[in-house]
Amino acid sequence: MNKSMLEIRNLHASVGGKEILKGLTLSVKAGEVAAVMGPNGSGKSTLSYVIAGRAGYEVTQGDVLLDGESVLAMAPNERAAKGLFLAFQYPLEIPGVTTHTFLRTAMNAQRRARGEAELTTADFMKVMNAASGKLGIARDMLRRGLNVGFSGGEKKRLEVLQMALLEPRFGILDETDSGLDIDALRIVAEGVNALRTKERGFLVITHYQRLLDHIVPDSVHVLSAGRIVKSGGKELAHELEKNGYRDYVADAA
Amino acid sequence: MTVAARPAQIRTEAETALAGFLAARPEVQNGPAGEAQRKAAGVFALKGLPHRRVEAWHYTDLRSLMREAWPLAAASASAKAPAREGLRVMIIDGVCAVLPASSPPGIKFTALRDAMASGGGTFAAQLFPDIGADDSPAALNAALARDGVVIEIAAGVKADAPIEIHFTTSAGAPRSEYPRCLVIAGAGSSLTLSETHASAARVQRNSALVCWLSEGAQVEHVFHTGDAAPEQHIATLLGDIGAGAGFQSFALVAGGSLLRRQCFIRQSGERAKIGLRGVSLLKGKQHADTTLVIDHAVPRGESRELFKHIITGSASGVFQGKVLVRPHAQKTDGGMKSQTLLLSGEAAMSNKPELEIFADDVVCGHGATVGQLDTDQLFYLMTRGLPKAQAEGLLIEAFAREAIEFVGNGDLRESCAAALTRWLETLN
Repeated sequence: MNKSMLEIRNLHASVGGKEILKGLTLSVKAGEVAAVMGPNGSGKSTLSYVIAGRAGYEVTQGDVLLDGESVLAMAPNERAAKGLFLAFQYPLEIPGVTTHTFLRTAMNAQRRARGEAELTTADFMKVMNAASGKLGIARDMLRRGLNVGFSGGEKKRLEVLQMALLEPRFGILDETDSGLDIDALRIVAEGVNALRTKERGFLVITHYQRLLDHIVPDSVHVLSAGRIVKSGGKELAHELEKNGYRDYVADAA
Repeated sequence: MTVAARPAQIRTEAETALAGFLAARPEVQNGPAGEAQRKAAGVFALKGLPHRRVEAWHYTDLRSLMREAWPLAAASASAKAPAREGLRVMIIDGVCAVLPASSPPGIKFTALRDAMASGGGTFAAQLFPDIGADDSPAALNAALARDGVVIEIAAGVKADAPIEIHFTTSAGAPRSEYPRCLVIAGAGSSLTLSETHASAARVQRNSALVCWLSEGAQVEHVFHTGDAAPEQHIATLLGDIGAGAGFQSFALVAGGSLLRRQCFIRQSGERAKIGLRGVSLLKGKQHADTTLVIDHAVPRGESRELFKHIITGSASGVFQGKVLVRPHAQKTDGGMKSQTLLLSGEAAMSNKPELEIFADDVVCGHGATVGQLDTDQLFYLMTRGLPKAQAEGLLIEAFAREAIEFVGNGDLRESCAAALTRWLETLN
């Protein structure tokens, strides 16, 4: 079972005509948590958006495969139905759509895309209440507009709640630690850890090592100037914490 | 009035036909009501149909949009319908065909034709107020009005169930109709009024609703024109809002090829609260115009307006909102917002907010936005598995819901929300 689940091959991607990713290659197996660390401007968010399929992020070369199938021609919702999930660094606020309605709509959209029956209201309430309880999300929050007026920590918890309910095959966490205090970080990390299984892979994108104390990765990859410049085990994260990114930034330049 | 002395403003085919309707009016009554109708006919004869050089009609050039005037609807024998449960009035082909079989104490329904036959000067002044009187299509309604309904609610009476006035037509040839309705809410009374419009034939409807709110009266008015809307419709709302009274009006517009809704609301007593809101859902080649004139004639009035347009295809929307604060109307508090979503390249919206403030101690503001769906929000929803059309639907629904939430009556709010959902389904 050494087949990779997410495979990124020589990925080149541009935003507004400017090349950000310059031949990124990375492979993550089922059950593996891979961390991608890099300084500001190295292409971390671009990588997450390209995998999720955001418009305006143009892939000029290379490929992204999930379970051996290229996702690049798929719309974001088709990628989601295949099992990709991106936890946003800055989750969007959507006034007028309650969190509750949104969660149910999303779950049923994916079930429909996979040819499964939609959830009944009772079943949905059951799974939602159980999952939100574990993450300490108050029911009142679920009745409010999606992410509207939520604190940074609440937004990130809600991203993890969505991931728990949607049960993706592969989760990408884009700077999930940004804007979190230590308590919120712990709750979010516990939520992610609870979802770690042999069948599910993760890509954890972060600037800082501290998130990786709570979500301990199997592999760490350093992203600099649009490419992976070094890969190693979890000890690589500690090394980066001590020495910073200067060695790698210099390499790339 | 005679057709022979045709004023210079009557020149198109439609105007000539309309002038003919006025000349041939049967049984114009003597007394104050007849006098008011003759005066209204004079306004139309002088002005004709408004066109783009008439400022209030600049974006809805009625003279060119209304090429012909269809024959006046005849009161037909088919204008009968079974009475339904609840307080429902049916105006069919412009004729008051159904009144509620029984009405709660303190609420009185009278067919307008009967009220006009017996009404005196006070009644005439209520039916034909001097609000919006120089608007020629409104004058046309006043001059040609023969029937409709008068609803009187006695002082202190609280009507629990909504009262519906449903306008429709019998099947058959194209026609025009000029129904007029009058609602008189006594001091401290409260009432929910649902005004619904449909048709079973091609119709040019020019309807008017006149509302008088005495001191402390609370009226919620919900206007709904939807699936079987009249092809061409001018709907005039005239309101006089007394001291401490509250008038909340909401309009859901989805259907018809041409609609002009015009609301002339006068705050005649201190501390009156006026709320005008609406959602217009336009597609194909529809044109819908919402024009408001709010006249703060006395101090300490409050007015709030929120209108949302969602426009696709090559449809066009118009919002004009004039808030007039007269010199003595100090401490007026006014806020007006118009927000539009354009879903296609050919969709168009014209916004004209106007504040005319002659008092110096007021708080008044307005804002207008026109935009498209937020691509970041769409992307976020799609990454959660929502297909693009569904994600768009959710965002459009959320946009419109913000206004619909203001409908106080739960059933009417839900029926507006359901109409929105139905309309969204037709887009896919």
